[in-house]
Amino acid sequence: MKLHRETLLAGIVLALVIGVGLRAPAFVTLPSLLGVLTDTSLLFMLTLAQMGVLLTRGIDLSVAANLALTGMVAGLVNHAAPGLPILAIIALAIVFGAVLGLVNATLIAGLGIPPIVVTLGTLAIYRGAIFLIARGAWLTSKDMSPAFLATPKVQFLGLSSLVWIAAAVAIGAWIFLNHTAAGRALYAVGGNPVAARYCGIDLARQQLIVYVISGAVSGLCGYLWVSRYGIAYSDIALGYELTVIAACVIGGVSIAGGVGSVPGALLGALFLGVIVNALPVINVSPFWQMAISGAVILAAVIVNSRSERSVGKLILPEARRKAASVSGAAAS
Amino acid sequence: MSEVSAPSRYHVADGPPRTVADFVLRWETILVALLILTVVVNATLSPYFLDVDNLLDATFNFSEKAMIALGMALLMIARDIDLSVAAIVALVSLLMGLSAVAGANTGALLVVALATGAACGAINGALVTGLALPAIVVTIGTMSLFRGVAQVALGDQALTQYPNALLSIGQGYVGAGVPVSFATFLILALGIGFVLHKTPFGRRIFAIGANPEAARFSGIGVKRIRFSLFVLSGLLSGLAAFFLTGRIGSTRPNIAQGWELEAVTMVVLGGVSIAGGSGTIPGVVLAVFVLGLTTFGMSLMNVPGIVINVLLGLLLIAVLAAPIVARRWLTAGR
Repeated sequence: MKLHRETLLAGIVLALVIGVGLRAPAFVTLPSLLGVLTDTSLLFMLTLAQMGVLLTRGIDLSVAANLALTGMVAGLVNHAAPGLPILAIIALAIVFGAVLGLVNATLIAGLGIPPIVVTLGTLAIYRGAIFLIARGAWLTSKDMSPAFLATPKVQFLGLSSLVWIAAAVAIGAWIFLNHTAAGRALYAVGGNPVAARYCGIDLARQQLIVYVISGAVSGLCGYLWVSRYGIAYSDIALGYELTVIAACVIGGVSIAGGVGSVPGALLGALFLGVIVNALPVINVSPFWQMAISGAVILAAVIVNSRSERSVGKLILPEARRKAASVSGAAAS
Repeated sequence: MSEVSAPSRYHVADGPPRTVADFVLRWETILVALLILTVVVNATLSPYFLDVDNLLDATFNFSEKAMIALGMALLMIARDIDLSVAAIVALVSLLMGLSAVAGANTGALLVVALATGAACGAINGALVTGLALPAIVVTIGTMSLFRGVAQVALGDQALTQYPNALLSIGQGYVGAGVPVSFATFLILALGIGFVLHKTPFGRRIFAIGANPEAARFSGIGVKRIRFSLFVLSGLLSGLAAFFLTGRIGSTRPNIAQGWELEAVTMVVLGGVSIAGGSGTIPGVVLAVFVLGLTTFGMSLMNVPGIVINVLLGLLLIAVLAAPIVARRWLTAGR
């Protein structure tokens, strides 16, 4: 009986929440826990998008720079035309982010340059572009219209709009990855690129899909980030791409491609979200956050490699028994 | 040993003779052209650029990163990567600061720096080779861990009590106005270049990067060599931290932030394949100069650092994309 990785991770997150609750009962009240969810919403979305990229054996290091640039563009557009409806701003952010993702996709899928190099380059370019388009200036909440800032404060059924948007993205990701041909093909190209090629799956097309989606989600998160914190400048979300990748790794997504699930990625992000929110509650200096997440990444990658290895070591009789029980279940 | 006269069972063909095109299209040739272009453009734009003292002083800004890039180059040729290098610099600088407060002299600080760096590298190497984990994930983890420890220990404080001898090494010159850090980098580049290109150990690094399994089957101690490269990378990061701490005379938690990506940029621009198995130290050294002089030239013209980064990012992508586009264009014409 093999414990599912997601079940194990959910147990660990639950234990963490209970552990913090024992020290600080205020943490386990409903408003506080919902606050954690709201706080982690953007990380949920970015982690899911990054998972799509990682599935294809790629990596997108430009997500945080894309987020910051799109956030700045959304802010500037709002500043120039305060009357523009918010849905138009959101659509603009998604499209603009997708275009930045398309730049990555063109270089990676079109020219065959390694993803880590391309996104390292575009990371620097997008960050610098923020400085150039804003001429080094900062946008603060005074430069933004009330409607622009209102989106994250909207509540529906007691949940913040951020949580609803993240939930919609998560459901979309789940349907895409599990119930569409293009989504399944991501696992195929990551699991075995040669076999996928022989099955007629076009790697370039799959790369195009994931990098554009990653860009679009980063763009959406860019608007949400700026409207939530009411500030835009060249250093917002600096280094956040590594937090996103950390959430993926903790959630059991393999950097080597082909392995990862929506619940796992969400739990990985939730784990980091709980830690970030719990540290101040139990009077631990926030400076611990980085060291803890580093230790957790290492622990997660060790655990994941162990569980993958045990699957690889299944010897014939047991595999045969399993196959028999599966076919028996199918026949009955 | 006499000449083998018996006909061999195997016939190993020589490679095709080298043509002019091979030489012109070599990565190092392209980099030399790029370097000349950088110098010409900058010298035209600023009268202060072509000044020997200015140029030598400009090396202060990239020599430490360049030392790290040398270790990174070997790792990437062997198909590994170390993203924790900048975090190692932070941790090493922290321990140097604490030792200095405890009264250590400069010699002891150098030992602390090298030992801490090597220990961090050994942790990376043990996780990657001992537990067979992917290098990129392990070093993202240790990056957070090492810098996180420095952050916990320092908080928002800074350590600034360093002996004057350390400062005079970090900011000092060895005769004729050559900075100590730059001279050290050149000596290291010569040594590492010799080992990589002229010794069996160096050939083994290429063999591992080209095909780790084939390397293992031909009797190369793949794990041992990969482990030693991680230790070397840590050691060089420790040395870089020694010079950097001496140069700026203080330790803050954000010291050397983002250097891992700059070191990777130097190595990739230097022509090292991210897939392993190819690359040269002269190429990396040329890339260091191209990047360093571009940065220096633009800062002479008061271009903000973040804008310089845009141009370096464009340069990185353009240099990698240009040969691919050119090759497609040429083959499409046929």
